[in-house]
This record gives sequence, structure tokens and C-alpha cells, in this order.
Amino acid sequence: MPVEVKNEVLLSIQNLHVWFELRRWGFGHAGYVQAVDGVSFDLRQGEAIGIVGESGCGKTTLMKTILGLCQPTRGEISFKGIELSTKGSREMKFYRSQVGYVQQDPYGALPPFMNVRRILEEPMIINGMKSQAEREQRIRSVLEEVKMTPVENFVTKFPHMLSGGQQQRVVIARAMILEPKLIVADEPVSMLDASVRVEILRLLRRLQASHDLAVIYITHDLSTVRYFSERIFVMYAGKLVEKAKVNELLRDPRHPYTHALLTATSDPDAENAATFKDVPPGEPPSLINPPLGCRFHPRCHHVIERLCDVKEPPDFEVEPEHFTACWLYR
Amino acid sequence: MQQNHALLRVEDLVLYFRTTQGAVQAVDGVTFDLGYREAVVIVGESGCGKTSLAKAILRLLPRNVDAYSGHVYLDGTDVMSLGDEEFRRQVRWVKMSLVPQAAMNSLNPVLKVGDQVAEPMMVHSAVKKDKALTQARTMFQRVGVPVDFLNRYAFELSGGMRQRVAIAMALTTVPDLVILDEPTSALDVLTQANIFNLLKRIKQDLEISFILITHDIATSSELADRVAVMYAGQIVEVSDAYRFFTEPLHPYSQKLMASVPRLRGDQEPEFITGQPPSLIDLPPGCRFAPRCPSRFEQCKEDPPMVEAHRHQVKCWLYA
Repeated sequence: MPVEVKNEVLLSIQNLHVWFELRRWGFGHAGYVQAVDGVSFDLRQGEAIGIVGESGCGKTTLMKTILGLCQPTRGEISFKGIELSTKGSREMKFYRSQVGYVQQDPYGALPPFMNVRRILEEPMIINGMKSQAEREQRIRSVLEEVKMTPVENFVTKFPHMLSGGQQQRVVIARAMILEPKLIVADEPVSMLDASVRVEILRLLRRLQASHDLAVIYITHDLSTVRYFSERIFVMYAGKLVEKAKVNELLRDPRHPYTHALLTATSDPDAENAATFKDVPPGEPPSLINPPLGCRFHPRCHHVIERLCDVKEPPDFEVEPEHFTACWLYR
Repeated sequence: MQQNHALLRVEDLVLYFRTTQGAVQAVDGVTFDLGYREAVVIVGESGCGKTSLAKAILRLLPRNVDAYSGHVYLDGTDVMSLGDEEFRRQVRWVKMSLVPQAAMNSLNPVLKVGDQVAEPMMVHSAVKKDKALTQARTMFQRVGVPVDFLNRYAFELSGGMRQRVAIAMALTTVPDLVILDEPTSALDVLTQANIFNLLKRIKQDLEISFILITHDIATSSELADRVAVMYAGQIVEVSDAYRFFTEPLHPYSQKLMASVPRLRGDQEPEFITGQPPSLIDLPPGCRFAPRCPSRFEQCKEDPPMVEAHRHQVKCWLYA
């Protein structure tokens, strides 16, 4: 993939496979769940990307592997040019301080027995920030950044005393507290009401711009991703099937799966009630024995016999920086 | 209003819950009606009382009810005057049924899904089990679940399939009205689209009316003939879908529409400042006034429901 010269690559993922071995029975071997299967991309400093896919497509596993919570089976992840697997535990700890994580369910992500100060203080203590005054200062500035003011009113609160939107702000503040270079946000707004959703997305976008953060935004909702990221990667059954700039992907989707996702996403429009949607039949495949060839072929309208069902499509570059893994563009 | 033409007419329905902090005014004077073969969508943010409204209509009440009053006319008869046992025999699941929120998790894990779909028929229509199962089989075909799934348990099905089973359960007795509480909020986009295709087909084929309760305005437009917007226990706007989606009138509806991120079109979504009020401690007058950009002196009083541009709006701007 061509890399722009002006921005250095922060995170580079090459041919990443994350497979989970199934439980063995006796001496037998039951196979693997191929959760992430050959994913490659580069993320530049200060860039926001969206990874879109349905549940079970492996996007959470991809995210966990980036966070260093899962071990890759094959392939490599390098951060600022250094590969993760070569890092020792001390370097890994430093890496984790460079990567913030915004969870999906804010209430589940915050320990119920800690107040906001304690929640925000803990990462700093773990990473050796000894001075109490310095920590207090940092807590104050982070909370101000996520618009939890006046700060004094919030630091003593426990998670259950906050609204959903405020909880998500605390989660974001915690992700930001060590001044990371990269934020991984896993469906950060899917648990929130529509009116709060936009507020949180704007906050994330503002933080991204002001700190020159790289952000990986993982979601199943195409309509929010366009307000947030510069590039979108569409994931299906463990593979990235299409990678493109946001506007290009929305204007001119190439992969049949991307096309289906776009068709299925509704805008509020009274005309919708009168029409049926063209949705591909069936459900995403099991990742234990994914179909041969293109993984989307059993549901695809445009399937090419003896090609799509036999041979896996490589990435075709249909436009500059627009890649799609589909035989239609061979 | 034309009582003869409405399948369901809800009049001044009130449901309060008793808590240690005071009465929660979950449903506070809700009035709307629903025609035959019509789908009305009730939209609102979480905590606005929309699920309680569904429970109040079906009389599925918890123990801590503080107040429960008003009228629910179904086909012209006031079902609120029926006793609990009569209501259960004559109305619930016979004339009205419910697809509960997170229906996919509300299936019984230790019963086969086929038996669960057959059960309402055995209870309400005094049908023998084998006949009920045959009926369940046709219902499975209708909702697009393979018939050999009859003998499976809930955990063996995917989320979308479980949702379809829950819909089949609500349809087996062929009621006049099905209340769908957030039927697709936990599902993926493609599955969501599939379920809405299915609901549209059922609405056409079986001539069933729907009340769809949701917080998601974008997908609600898939089924809506009419839209009712709920805020803090009250309905603040009712209008037909076309007028609502092109020109919402109530300031809250306008804000709500503006907050929806759109895939097509370039408006930046906006957010609504402030938070919905607590249903225990409600502001006097218009409940949206504290967050409303166009509030004025009169908003200190409770606005009436008025007719404006063929919408019904509860707002002083149009009174």
C-alpha cells in the first residue's frame, strides 16, 4: 500500500492471523476459529480509520490483538516500526500506555467501587507517576478536556451516579490520561441515546484533532463512521474485503458486501416503509469452517462459478487507494 | 375522534410506579389511536416511558404500581374494565401480543423453540399439541425459520433466528395487534433489514396492526405509517410518517431528527443539550422547556395537545 510521505506510519499490520484452537477431544484436533485471517493495513500518525463489520466478523479480536491482549497466530503488528512480539514485558507496558482503549459499554468498563478520581489515577500509578500533585493536575486537565466540569463535582462520584454519556466521558478520559498516540474505540456510542451519541463522537473527533491522535473506530454502524474517520475498512468473516476513503466508499462501493451494508442502513425517510430491501440471504459463515474461496460467495448475487467458490480473491486496487477483495474487479 | 374506525384507542393512560424516592411517572396521560392494518411507531430516548406504555397497554404490571388508570379501547370495548383473569383469557395474546425487548434473550432456554411457539395456541385456543405444532411449523415458514429448527433450543439459534422465533410466538394466535418493543436494536444491520422486510410482509399478508417502540428513528421509518414522539412520560407529537419525516413540528422532534447521523445527505448531526428530566421529579409546565431552544414565558404552563399542519403537537408554539 502506498504510504504518504508527510505522515509517518504509526501502526503497521501485516498479514495478521489470529486463530483460536478449539478444545481437543482425546488426541484429536478439532480445528481453529479463524477470527482474523490475513488482515493488513497501515495507520498513519493522526489518522482516524473506521472498521465496519457485523458481530462475529472478528473486529473485536482484531482490536484485542492490537491492544496486545491476544497473541497473533501469524503475521505481525509493529508500532513505530518495532514489532510487538519482540517487545519485552517492560516495553509492552510502555506500549500499552501509548494505546488508549474506549470500551463499548461504559458502565461495564468502569469499576463500580472506585470513584472517578481513583479510576483516572490508577493508570498513572501503574505507570510510575509518583507525585500526587502532578496526578491531580493531570486528572483535572483531562476531565476539563472531556467537558466534565466543574471537575470537583465529578471526581468524587461513583460510576452509577453518572448518566450514560458522562460514564462514556470518564472512559474516554481514562483512555486519554497517559497521553497516548493511538485510541482504539470499540463501538463507543452504540449503548447511548441518539442525542448523546453525536456529542460523544464530536468529543472524540476534537480530541483526535487537538492531540494528533490516531484512532481506530470499530463499529457496525456506517452512518456514524462517515462523520468520524478518513478511511473505512469493511470486515467480513475475518477478512478486510474493502478499504477506501470514506466518501469514495459511500459514493461508489465496490464489494457486494459493502453494497449490501449500505443498502441495509436506513435514513429516516417515510418512503422506506413502502419498499422492501434487497438483503443478501443467509447469515455470516461460521469462522470454524469458513467457505472456500471468497467467504461472501454463498450469499453473493454476483458469484462467478468455479472462481469465487474455489479461489480466494486478492486485494484489487480499483481506484488509487481503494482496494477490494472481489473477483469482479480482476 | 372516530372511535369506530380505530382498532385501538388509548385514552389518558396513566401508569406510575412506587419507589422509595417517590412516584415514577412513567406513563402520564397518554392518548393515541391506531387504525386497522396500521403501524404506529413510538419513538423516544431511553427512560422516557415507552416500554412502560407497552406494558400498560398489555397490563403486564410489576408489583409496585402506584397508579394505573385511563381507558384502552380495543375494537370499541374498554378492556381496562375487564378483570385480570378475563383480560388474560380474552385479550392478552388473543387480540394483542408482545415481542418483548431483547426478545432473543427472553426465550426459555430449557424448552424447544417449537414448543414455545405452540404454547400460546394450546393455552388460548384449546388446541391439542400436535395440531399446535403443525400451526407452529407454518408460522416458522412464514417468519423464515427453517422448520427443522422446531426441535432446537434457543442457544442453538443465532440472534436473528431467535428474534424471528419471538415474532412467531407473538403471531401464532393471529392477534389483531402486535406490540414490538425494540425488535432489532441488538441485531446487525443486515439482520435488521431482514427483520423489517419480514414485518412489512406480515403486515401486508396477515393484516395485523403494529405498535413499534424504538429509540432508533432511522430504522423506525421502515415500518411507520404514523409516528408518536414520547418525552418524559408524555406523547408530545403525533403525525403521519410522511409529514413527520419531512417536517417535524415539536422542538423535541426537530432536535431528535437532527441528531440522527445520515448515510445519504450531508447535514452534520447535532446533539440535544441537557438531559431528560427524572420521571420522579418533573419540571412544571412543558417538560421539554428546560432544554428547548424556543421556550418562552408560556412554557411554564402545561401545553395542550393541539392540531397544527395536520400534526398533533403538545407545544405552546402552535397553540
